[in-house]
Amino acid sequence: MLLLTCPHCGIAAEETEFNPGGEAHLKRHGPGASDEDFEGYLFLRHNVKGPVLERWRHSYGCGKWFLAARDSVTLQVYGTYPASLAHPSDEVGDSVRAAHPNWRTQI
Amino acid sequence: MAEMTALARVTRVEGLGMVTIRADLDRAGDAIAGASGLPLPGRVGIVAEGDRALGWMSPDELLLMLPHAELADALTDLREALRGEASLVADVSDMRCVFDLTGEDADQVLAKLSPTDLEMFPPGALRRTRLAQVPAAFWRIPGGFRLIAFRSVEVYLRELLETAAAPGTWLDPR
Ligand SMILES: [Zn+2]
Repeated sequence: MLLLTCPHCGIAAEETEFNPGGEAHLKRHGPGASDEDFEGYLFLRHNVKGPVLERWRHSYGCGKWFLAARDSVTLQVYGTYPASLAHPSDEVGDSVRAAHPNWRTQI
Repeated sequence: MAEMTALARVTRVEGLGMVTIRADLDRAGDAIAGASGLPLPGRVGIVAEGDRALGWMSPDELLLMLPHAELADALTDLREALRGEASLVADVSDMRCVFDLTGEDADQVLAKLSPTDLEMFPPGALRRTRLAQVPAAFWRIPGGFRLIAFRSVEVYLRELLETAAAPGTWLDPR
């Protein structure tokens, strides 16, 4: 059971109040992009064992999307941050590195 | 055996007008407060004065509840106040059903159905969450809670609340 805090409304609730939206920070390449880029955007995921960055939606609450850093092994939630950020906030990054000192985002 | 009473009573509330207001609340907050006659609620809050209430639904959405007779004027006032803003003022009175859940153990009924920490849920807070399988929102009123949910799940919700409030189903250890 994950406990997630929606950064939009500040509500902390368990995961059944939310819906998962898969890996975060996917890049959709622009017009004229190669088939390989489009394949990567559509199908290829990092699926790491350890800290992952994911999209979540507060579907039963405010309805907004946000991003979360959590651990696919321990299920620890390192933190959540607005979907408008291109990278995890410093606070979330520090929280991940407290458990994984050498961690770098896959972005 | 002594007669046992239900944990709470479920009452359908009729005759409420409801208006969804979507706008940039930082920019348009004062205009909305002026037109609705209520101060703007804070994040996940609700303000109620007289027979009107204004609830915070999301960072760009409010829900105004008022007597149905005052609906037409309120729509006109809000649209006038938000002229020129990227905004939406919509009559959604028929979209949701409204229930009052009242009684000493109303908290226990909701605790069975929702992932909400009711110990940390003061008057003036509005919680959008789920009740078993359906989205709903609720806030405290004198003697219990007022709940809103989509009208399409009204029958489900009534049976859900009445079942969760069945006599003898207290959460306290026996
Ligand atoms: Zn939220």
